Amino acid sequence: MRKLLNTLYVTRQDSYLAKDGEALCVRAEKKTLLRLPLIGLQGVVCFGVVNASPALLHACAESDITVSFLTENGRYLASVRGPTSGNVLLRREQFRRADNPEARTSLARFFVHGKLVNTRTVLRRALRDHEHELDTEALNGAILGINSALDHADAAMDDDTLRGVEGDAARVYFGVFDQLILRRNEFPFTGRNRRPPRDAVNCLLSFLYTLLLHDVRSALETVGLDPQVGYLHRDRPGRPSLALDMMEELRPWLADRMALSIINRRSVKPSDFKADGAGGVTLADDARKEVLTAWQKRKQEELLHPFLEERIPIGLIPYAQAMLLARHLRGELDGYPPFIWR
Amino acid sequence: MLMLVSYDVATSDEGGPRRLRKVAKLCGDYGQRVQYSVFECDVDPAQWATLRASLLDVINPEKDSLRFYNLGREWKRRVEHVGVREPPQLDEPLIV
Repeated sequence: MRKLLNTLYVTRQDSYLAKDGEALCVRAEKKTLLRLPLIGLQGVVCFGVVNASPALLHACAESDITVSFLTENGRYLASVRGPTSGNVLLRREQFRRADNPEARTSLARFFVHGKLVNTRTVLRRALRDHEHELDTEALNGAILGINSALDHADAAMDDDTLRGVEGDAARVYFGVFDQLILRRNEFPFTGRNRRPPRDAVNCLLSFLYTLLLHDVRSALETVGLDPQVGYLHRDRPGRPSLALDMMEELRPWLADRMALSIINRRSVKPSDFKADGAGGVTLADDARKEVLTAWQKRKQEELLHPFLEERIPIGLIPYAQAMLLARHLRGELDGYPPFIWR
Repeated sequence: MLMLVSYDVATSDEGGPRRLRKVAKLCGDYGQRVQYSVFECDVDPAQWATLRASLLDVINPEKDSLRFYNLGREWKRRVEHVGVREPPQLDEPLIV
Protein backbone atom coordinates (compact mmCIF):
# COMPACT_ATOMS: atom_id res chain seq x y z
CA MET A 1 0.00 0.00 0.00
CA ARG A 2 1.43 3.25 -1.11
CA LYS A 3 0.42 6.30 0.81
CA LEU A 4 0.20 9.63 -0.94
CA LEU A 5 2.01 12.07 1.30
CA ASN A 6 1.12 15.69 1.55
CA THR A 7 2.85 18.90 0.49
CA LEU A 8 2.87 21.98 2.65
CA TYR A 9 2.63 25.35 0.87
CA VAL A 10 3.83 28.32 2.86
CA THR A 11 2.63 31.57 1.34
CA ARG A 12 2.63 33.69 4.46
CA GLN A 13 5.42 36.24 4.29
CA ASP A 14 8.02 36.39 7.07
CA SER A 15 7.03 33.02 8.44
CA TYR A 16 9.67 30.79 9.97
CA LEU A 17 9.90 27.04 9.59
CA ALA A 18 11.51 25.27 12.51
CA LYS A 19 12.03 21.74 13.69
CA ASP A 20 10.36 20.78 16.93
CA GLY A 21 10.98 17.17 17.86
CA GLU A 22 10.18 15.20 14.72
CA ALA A 23 7.70 17.77 13.56
CA LEU A 24 7.76 20.91 11.43
CA CYS A 25 6.47 24.12 12.96
CA VAL A 26 5.33 27.14 10.98
CA ARG A 27 5.75 30.24 13.08
CA ALA A 28 4.88 33.85 12.40
CA GLU A 29 4.72 36.83 14.71
CA LYS A 30 5.86 34.67 17.63
CA LYS A 31 2.93 32.31 17.24
CA THR A 32 2.93 28.71 16.05
CA LEU A 33 0.50 28.47 13.16
CA LEU A 34 0.87 24.80 12.40
CA ARG A 35 2.75 21.80 13.72
CA LEU A 36 3.05 18.84 11.38
CA PRO A 37 4.83 15.53 11.94
CA LEU A 38 7.51 15.05 9.29
CA ILE A 39 6.31 11.50 8.62
CA GLY A 40 3.21 12.81 6.82
CA LEU A 41 5.06 15.14 4.46
CA GLN A 42 6.52 14.74 1.02
CA GLY A 43 7.44 18.31 0.25
CA VAL A 44 7.43 21.89 1.40
CA VAL A 45 7.03 24.78 -1.03
CA CYS A 46 7.88 28.25 0.23
CA PHE A 47 6.74 31.40 -1.57
CA GLY A 48 8.64 34.63 -1.02
CA VAL A 49 10.20 35.52 2.31
CA VAL A 50 10.01 32.29 4.28
CA ASN A 51 12.87 31.33 6.57
CA ALA A 52 13.80 27.80 7.48
CA SER A 53 16.13 26.62 10.21
CA PRO A 54 19.17 24.53 9.27
CA ALA A 55 17.99 21.83 11.69
CA LEU A 56 14.73 21.57 9.78
CA LEU A 57 16.48 21.45 6.39
CA HIS A 58 18.76 18.66 7.70
CA ALA A 59 15.78 16.69 8.96
CA CYS A 60 13.93 17.17 5.66
CA ALA A 61 16.94 16.03 3.66
CA GLU A 62 17.17 12.92 5.84
CA SER A 63 13.48 12.11 5.56
CA ASP A 64 13.41 12.66 1.80
CA ILE A 65 11.26 15.79 1.95
CA THR A 66 12.05 18.34 -0.76
CA VAL A 67 11.95 21.97 0.33
CA SER A 68 11.57 24.41 -2.59
CA PHE A 69 11.91 28.15 -2.53
CA LEU A 70 10.02 30.28 -5.04
CA THR A 71 9.65 34.04 -5.32
CA GLU A 72 6.40 35.52 -4.11
CA ASN A 73 5.22 35.53 -7.73
CA GLY A 74 6.08 31.87 -8.03
CA ARG A 75 9.34 31.91 -9.98
CA TYR A 76 11.46 28.92 -9.08
CA LEU A 77 14.65 29.76 -7.17
CA ALA A 78 16.12 26.73 -5.44
CA SER A 79 15.37 23.56 -3.60
CA VAL A 80 16.95 21.49 -0.90
CA ARG A 81 16.59 17.79 -1.42
CA GLY A 82 18.13 14.70 0.06
CA PRO A 83 20.35 12.17 -1.68
CA THR A 84 17.69 9.55 -2.37
CA SER A 85 14.88 11.29 -4.21
CA GLY A 86 12.88 9.31 -6.73
CA ASN A 87 13.42 12.00 -9.32
CA VAL A 88 16.02 10.27 -11.41
CA LEU A 89 13.61 7.46 -12.28
CA LEU A 90 10.86 9.94 -13.01
CA ARG A 91 13.10 11.99 -15.28
CA ARG A 92 14.35 8.93 -17.12
CA GLU A 93 10.77 7.96 -17.79
CA GLN A 94 10.04 11.51 -18.94
CA PHE A 95 12.99 11.39 -21.38
CA ARG A 96 12.19 7.86 -22.55
CA ARG A 97 8.70 8.92 -23.54
CA ALA A 98 10.03 12.03 -25.28
CA ASP A 99 12.29 9.79 -27.40
CA ASN A 100 9.53 7.36 -28.31
CA PRO A 101 7.41 8.84 -31.14
CA GLU A 102 4.25 7.00 -30.12
CA ALA A 103 4.47 7.88 -26.43
CA ARG A 104 5.38 11.46 -27.35
CA THR A 105 2.34 11.88 -29.57
CA SER A 106 0.02 10.35 -27.04
CA LEU A 107 1.17 12.79 -24.35
CA ALA A 108 1.08 15.75 -26.74
CA ARG A 109 -2.50 14.78 -27.59
CA PHE A 110 -3.57 15.23 -23.96
CA PHE A 111 -2.19 18.78 -23.90
CA VAL A 112 -3.76 19.76 -27.24
CA HIS A 113 -7.07 18.22 -26.23
CA GLY A 114 -7.11 20.23 -23.01
CA LYS A 115 -6.24 23.42 -24.86
CA LEU A 116 -8.90 23.03 -27.53
CA VAL A 117 -11.67 22.20 -25.09
CA ASN A 118 -10.74 25.18 -22.93
CA THR A 119 -10.57 27.64 -25.85
CA ARG A 120 -13.98 26.42 -26.98
CA THR A 121 -15.37 27.00 -23.49
CA VAL A 122 -13.99 30.57 -23.48
CA LEU A 123 -15.85 31.28 -26.73
CA ARG A 124 -19.05 29.61 -25.54
CA ARG A 125 -18.97 31.50 -22.26
CA ALA A 126 -18.57 34.80 -24.14
CA LEU A 127 -21.55 33.92 -26.35
CA ARG A 128 -23.65 33.14 -23.32
CA ASP A 129 -22.70 36.28 -21.36
CA HIS A 130 -22.64 38.92 -24.10
CA GLU A 131 -24.76 37.50 -26.90
CA HIS A 132 -26.08 40.84 -28.14
CA GLU A 133 -22.75 42.62 -28.38
CA LEU A 134 -21.01 39.95 -30.42
CA ASP A 135 -20.88 38.69 -33.97
CA THR A 136 -22.57 35.40 -33.04
CA GLU A 137 -22.18 34.00 -36.52
CA ALA A 138 -18.40 34.38 -36.46
CA LEU A 139 -18.15 32.93 -32.95
CA ASN A 140 -20.34 29.94 -33.76
CA GLY A 141 -18.24 29.35 -36.85
CA ALA A 142 -15.09 29.41 -34.75
CA ILE A 143 -16.62 26.96 -32.27
CA LEU A 144 -17.42 24.58 -35.12
CA GLY A 145 -13.84 24.98 -36.37
CA ILE A 146 -12.49 24.08 -32.95
CA ASN A 147 -14.83 21.10 -32.76
CA SER A 148 -13.44 19.66 -35.95
CA ALA A 149 -9.87 20.47 -34.82
CA LEU A 150 -10.65 18.49 -31.68
CA ASP A 151 -11.64 15.46 -33.77
CA HIS A 152 -8.46 15.78 -35.84
CA ALA A 153 -6.30 16.17 -32.74
CA ASP A 154 -7.78 13.13 -31.03
CA ALA A 155 -7.14 11.09 -34.18
CA ALA A 156 -3.65 12.49 -34.92
CA MET A 157 -1.04 9.77 -35.22
CA ASP A 158 2.12 11.89 -35.15
CA ASP A 159 3.20 15.06 -33.44
CA ASP A 160 3.65 17.12 -36.61
CA THR A 161 -0.03 16.64 -37.46
CA LEU A 162 -0.90 17.62 -33.90
CA ARG A 163 1.16 20.81 -34.11
CA GLY A 164 -0.57 21.66 -37.36
CA VAL A 165 -4.02 21.12 -35.88
CA GLU A 166 -3.10 23.12 -32.82
CA GLY A 167 -1.77 26.00 -34.91
CA ASP A 168 -4.86 26.10 -37.13
CA ALA A 169 -7.18 26.08 -34.12
CA ALA A 170 -5.19 28.92 -32.54
CA ARG A 171 -5.61 30.99 -35.70
CA VAL A 172 -9.37 30.34 -35.68
CA TYR A 173 -9.56 31.28 -32.00
CA PHE A 174 -7.51 34.47 -32.28
CA GLY A 175 -9.41 35.31 -35.48
CA VAL A 176 -12.52 35.94 -33.39
CA PHE A 177 -10.78 36.99 -30.18
CA ASP A 178 -11.46 40.69 -30.87
CA GLN A 179 -15.16 39.87 -30.51
CA LEU A 180 -14.55 39.11 -26.84
CA ILE A 181 -13.10 42.58 -26.23
CA LEU A 182 -16.04 44.78 -25.38
CA ARG A 183 -13.98 47.97 -25.86
CA ARG A 184 -12.89 47.11 -29.38
CA ASN A 185 -12.54 50.71 -30.54
CA GLU A 186 -10.11 51.54 -27.71
CA PHE A 187 -8.28 48.21 -27.81
CA PRO A 188 -8.08 47.04 -31.42
CA PHE A 189 -6.88 43.48 -31.95
CA THR A 190 -6.17 41.99 -35.34
CA GLY A 191 -4.45 38.76 -34.44
CA ARG A 192 -1.81 37.35 -32.18
CA ASN A 193 1.71 38.71 -32.50
CA ARG A 194 4.69 38.66 -30.19
CA ARG A 195 8.38 39.40 -29.77
CA PRO A 196 7.56 42.19 -29.58
CA PRO A 197 3.78 42.39 -29.11
CA ARG A 198 2.59 45.17 -31.44
CA ASP A 199 -0.58 46.30 -29.68
CA ALA A 200 -1.97 46.61 -26.16
CA VAL A 201 -3.95 43.38 -26.18
CA ASN A 202 -0.99 41.34 -27.39
CA CYS A 203 1.21 43.06 -24.83
CA LEU A 204 -1.18 42.08 -22.04
CA LEU A 205 -1.46 38.50 -23.30
CA SER A 206 2.32 38.12 -23.51
CA PHE A 207 2.79 39.47 -20.01
CA LEU A 208 0.21 37.09 -18.55
CA TYR A 209 1.70 34.13 -20.43
CA THR A 210 5.06 34.95 -18.85
CA LEU A 211 3.53 34.88 -15.38
CA LEU A 212 1.81 31.60 -16.14
CA LEU A 213 4.98 30.12 -17.60
CA HIS A 214 6.86 30.86 -14.40
CA ASP A 215 4.20 29.13 -12.36
CA VAL A 216 4.08 26.06 -14.54
CA ARG A 217 7.84 25.81 -14.73
CA SER A 218 8.19 26.02 -10.95
CA ALA A 219 5.49 23.46 -10.50
CA LEU A 220 7.29 21.01 -12.79
CA GLU A 221 10.62 21.59 -11.04
CA THR A 222 8.90 21.10 -7.73
CA VAL A 223 7.55 17.65 -8.55
CA GLY A 224 10.92 16.64 -10.03
CA LEU A 225 10.24 16.88 -13.77
CA ASP A 226 12.60 18.55 -16.23
CA PRO A 227 10.81 21.61 -17.66
CA GLN A 228 12.98 21.56 -20.78
CA VAL A 229 12.05 18.14 -22.17
CA GLY A 230 8.61 18.35 -23.68
CA TYR A 231 6.31 16.41 -25.97
CA LEU A 232 4.35 18.88 -28.08
CA HIS A 233 7.11 21.50 -28.20
CA ARG A 234 10.38 20.44 -29.75
CA ASP A 235 13.64 20.58 -27.82
CA ARG A 236 15.50 23.83 -28.26
CA PRO A 237 18.34 25.07 -26.05
CA GLY A 238 16.92 27.16 -23.22
CA ARG A 239 13.31 26.54 -24.16
CA PRO A 240 11.15 25.19 -21.33
CA SER A 241 9.27 22.84 -23.67
CA LEU A 242 7.42 20.80 -21.04
CA ALA A 243 6.33 23.97 -19.28
CA LEU A 244 5.05 25.31 -22.62
CA ASP A 245 3.21 22.02 -23.19
CA MET A 246 1.45 22.16 -19.87
CA MET A 247 0.70 25.84 -20.33
CA GLU A 248 -1.41 25.15 -23.41
CA GLU A 249 -4.34 23.80 -21.44
CA LEU A 250 -4.14 26.58 -18.82
CA ARG A 251 -3.70 29.57 -21.14
CA PRO A 252 -7.27 30.11 -22.36
CA TRP A 253 -9.14 30.10 -19.10
CA LEU A 254 -6.40 31.55 -16.89
CA ALA A 255 -4.49 34.07 -18.98
CA ASP A 256 -6.80 34.91 -21.89
CA ARG A 257 -9.86 35.43 -19.72
CA MET A 258 -7.85 37.47 -17.27
CA ALA A 259 -6.62 39.75 -20.10
CA LEU A 260 -10.21 40.16 -21.25
CA SER A 261 -11.55 40.96 -17.82
CA ILE A 262 -8.76 43.47 -17.14
CA ILE A 263 -9.69 45.29 -20.34
CA ASN A 264 -13.46 44.89 -20.13
CA ARG A 265 -13.61 46.00 -16.50
CA ARG A 266 -11.56 49.09 -17.32
CA SER A 267 -8.70 48.24 -14.97
CA VAL A 268 -6.37 49.55 -17.68
CA LYS A 269 -6.70 52.32 -20.21
CA PRO A 270 -5.13 52.63 -23.65
CA SER A 271 -2.61 55.20 -22.34
CA ASP A 272 -1.19 52.55 -19.96
CA PHE A 273 0.49 51.02 -23.00
CA LYS A 274 3.54 52.72 -24.47
CA ALA A 275 5.17 52.21 -27.82
CA ASP A 276 8.82 51.28 -27.25
CA GLY A 277 10.09 52.77 -30.49
CA ALA A 278 11.02 49.41 -31.99
CA GLY A 279 7.47 48.57 -33.08
CA GLY A 280 6.62 46.94 -29.79
CA VAL A 281 4.26 47.94 -27.00
CA THR A 282 5.06 47.76 -23.28
CA LEU A 283 3.10 48.18 -20.07
CA ALA A 284 3.53 51.27 -17.93
CA ASP A 285 4.71 50.66 -14.35
CA ASP A 286 1.40 51.41 -12.64
CA ALA A 287 -0.55 49.23 -15.03
CA ARG A 288 1.94 46.40 -14.54
CA LYS A 289 1.28 46.54 -10.81
CA GLU A 290 -2.44 46.51 -11.56
CA VAL A 291 -2.06 43.35 -13.64
CA LEU A 292 0.17 41.63 -11.08
CA THR A 293 -2.31 42.35 -8.30
CA ALA A 294 -5.17 41.01 -10.38
CA TRP A 295 -3.11 37.89 -11.12
CA GLN A 296 -2.19 37.26 -7.48
CA LYS A 297 -5.78 37.78 -6.38
CA ARG A 298 -7.03 35.42 -9.01
CA LYS A 299 -4.57 32.78 -7.82
CA GLN A 300 -6.02 32.96 -4.33
CA GLU A 301 -9.55 32.23 -5.51
CA GLU A 302 -10.62 28.66 -4.93
CA LEU A 303 -12.04 26.28 -7.44
CA LEU A 304 -13.07 22.64 -7.51
CA HIS A 305 -10.42 20.68 -9.37
CA PRO A 306 -12.35 18.56 -11.88
CA PHE A 307 -10.11 15.51 -11.55
CA LEU A 308 -8.97 15.62 -7.93
CA GLU A 309 -12.45 16.74 -6.82
CA GLU A 310 -10.91 18.96 -4.17
CA ARG A 311 -11.24 22.67 -3.66
CA ILE A 312 -7.84 24.23 -4.26
CA PRO A 313 -6.64 27.78 -4.86
CA ILE A 314 -6.26 28.53 -8.57
CA GLY A 315 -2.58 29.26 -7.97
CA LEU A 316 -2.00 25.62 -7.09
CA ILE A 317 -3.54 24.24 -10.26
CA PRO A 318 -0.16 24.11 -12.06
CA TYR A 319 1.15 22.06 -9.10
CA ALA A 320 -1.84 19.75 -9.20
CA GLN A 321 -1.32 19.24 -12.95
CA ALA A 322 2.43 18.66 -12.56
CA MET A 323 1.73 16.11 -9.85
CA LEU A 324 -0.82 14.35 -12.07
CA LEU A 325 1.68 14.27 -14.95
CA ALA A 326 4.32 12.79 -12.63
CA ARG A 327 1.84 10.19 -11.45
CA HIS A 328 1.03 9.30 -15.04
CA LEU A 329 4.73 8.95 -15.91
CA ARG A 330 5.25 6.76 -12.85
CA GLY A 331 2.47 4.50 -14.09
CA GLU A 332 0.03 5.30 -11.31
CA LEU A 333 -2.48 6.88 -13.73
CA ASP A 334 -3.35 5.48 -17.14
CA GLY A 335 -3.51 8.89 -18.77
CA TYR A 336 -2.65 12.46 -17.99
CA PRO A 337 -5.89 14.31 -17.20
CA PRO A 338 -5.51 17.84 -18.62
CA PHE A 339 -7.19 20.60 -16.68
CA ILE A 340 -10.59 21.12 -18.29
CA TRP A 341 -12.59 24.14 -17.25
CA ARG A 342 -16.36 23.82 -17.28
CA MET B 1 -4.23 3.70 9.73
CA LEU B 2 -5.40 6.28 12.21
CA MET B 3 -4.59 5.66 15.87
CA LEU B 4 -6.25 7.72 18.53
CA VAL B 5 -4.06 8.09 21.61
CA SER B 6 -5.39 9.52 24.85
CA TYR B 7 -3.55 9.65 28.14
CA ASP B 8 -3.80 10.42 31.82
CA VAL B 9 -0.55 11.27 33.50
CA ALA B 10 -0.43 11.85 37.26
CA THR B 11 1.07 15.34 37.30
CA SER B 12 0.94 15.62 41.09
CA ASP B 13 3.42 12.79 41.23
CA GLU B 14 7.14 13.53 41.34
CA GLY B 15 8.38 13.33 37.75
CA GLY B 16 4.77 13.52 36.54
CA PRO B 17 5.03 16.82 34.63
CA ARG B 18 8.17 15.51 32.96
CA ARG B 19 6.39 12.30 31.87
CA LEU B 20 3.43 14.35 30.63
CA ARG B 21 5.68 16.54 28.48
CA LYS B 22 7.46 13.51 27.07
CA VAL B 23 4.21 11.75 26.19
CA ALA B 24 2.82 14.85 24.47
CA LYS B 25 6.05 15.39 22.54
CA LEU B 26 6.17 11.79 21.33
CA CYS B 27 2.56 11.92 20.17
CA GLY B 28 3.27 15.22 18.43
CA ASP B 29 6.14 13.63 16.50
CA TYR B 30 3.70 11.19 14.93
CA GLY B 31 0.37 12.96 14.91
CA GLN B 32 -1.80 15.93 15.52
CA ARG B 33 -3.07 17.15 18.88
CA VAL B 34 -6.86 17.24 18.66
CA GLN B 35 -7.70 17.94 22.31
CA TYR B 36 -5.58 18.53 25.40
CA SER B 37 -4.72 14.88 26.07
CA VAL B 38 -5.83 13.39 22.78
CA PHE B 39 -3.76 12.87 19.64
CA GLU B 40 -4.65 11.46 16.24
CA CYS B 41 -1.72 9.70 14.59
CA ASP B 42 -1.98 8.64 10.95
CA VAL B 43 0.79 6.02 10.94
CA ASP B 44 1.74 2.79 9.26
CA PRO B 45 2.03 -0.36 11.40
CA ALA B 46 5.81 -0.03 11.79
CA GLN B 47 5.59 3.59 12.89
CA TRP B 48 2.84 2.64 15.27
CA ALA B 49 4.94 -0.11 16.85
CA THR B 50 7.72 2.43 17.42
CA LEU B 51 5.43 5.03 18.88
CA ARG B 52 3.66 2.55 21.11
CA ALA B 53 6.90 1.15 22.50
CA SER B 54 8.25 4.64 23.19
CA LEU B 55 5.07 5.63 25.00
CA LEU B 56 5.14 2.53 27.19
CA ASP B 57 8.75 3.37 28.03
CA VAL B 58 7.84 6.82 29.27
CA ILE B 59 4.80 6.30 31.44
CA ASN B 60 4.60 4.93 34.94
CA PRO B 61 2.02 2.13 34.69
CA GLU B 62 1.34 2.37 38.44
CA LYS B 63 0.10 5.94 38.15
CA ASP B 64 -0.60 6.84 34.50
CA SER B 65 -2.79 5.34 31.82
CA LEU B 66 -2.89 5.28 28.04
CA ARG B 67 -5.74 4.34 25.75
CA PHE B 68 -5.28 3.48 22.08
CA TYR B 69 -8.17 3.34 19.62
CA ASN B 70 -7.53 1.91 16.21
CA LEU B 71 -9.77 3.76 13.76
CA GLY B 72 -8.29 1.97 10.74
CA ARG B 73 -7.95 3.37 7.27
CA GLU B 74 -11.58 4.35 6.82
CA TRP B 75 -11.45 6.65 9.82
CA LYS B 76 -13.00 9.65 8.10
CA ARG B 77 -16.57 8.46 8.45
CA ARG B 78 -15.93 7.47 12.06
CA VAL B 79 -14.83 10.90 13.24
CA GLU B 80 -16.93 14.00 13.62
CA HIS B 81 -15.73 17.27 15.08
CA VAL B 82 -18.08 19.76 16.67
CA GLY B 83 -17.11 23.08 18.16
CA VAL B 84 -13.96 25.13 18.35
CA ARG B 85 -10.40 24.42 17.30
CA GLU B 86 -10.85 21.92 14.52
CA PRO B 87 -7.34 20.58 13.94
CA PRO B 88 -5.87 20.75 10.41
CA GLN B 89 -6.61 17.70 8.26
CA LEU B 90 -3.26 16.27 7.31
CA ASP B 91 -4.44 14.66 4.10
CA GLU B 92 -6.01 17.79 2.64
CA PRO B 93 -4.10 20.62 0.92
CA LEU B 94 -1.86 22.28 3.49
CA ILE B 95 -1.47 26.00 2.90
CA VAL B 96 -0.34 28.62 5.36
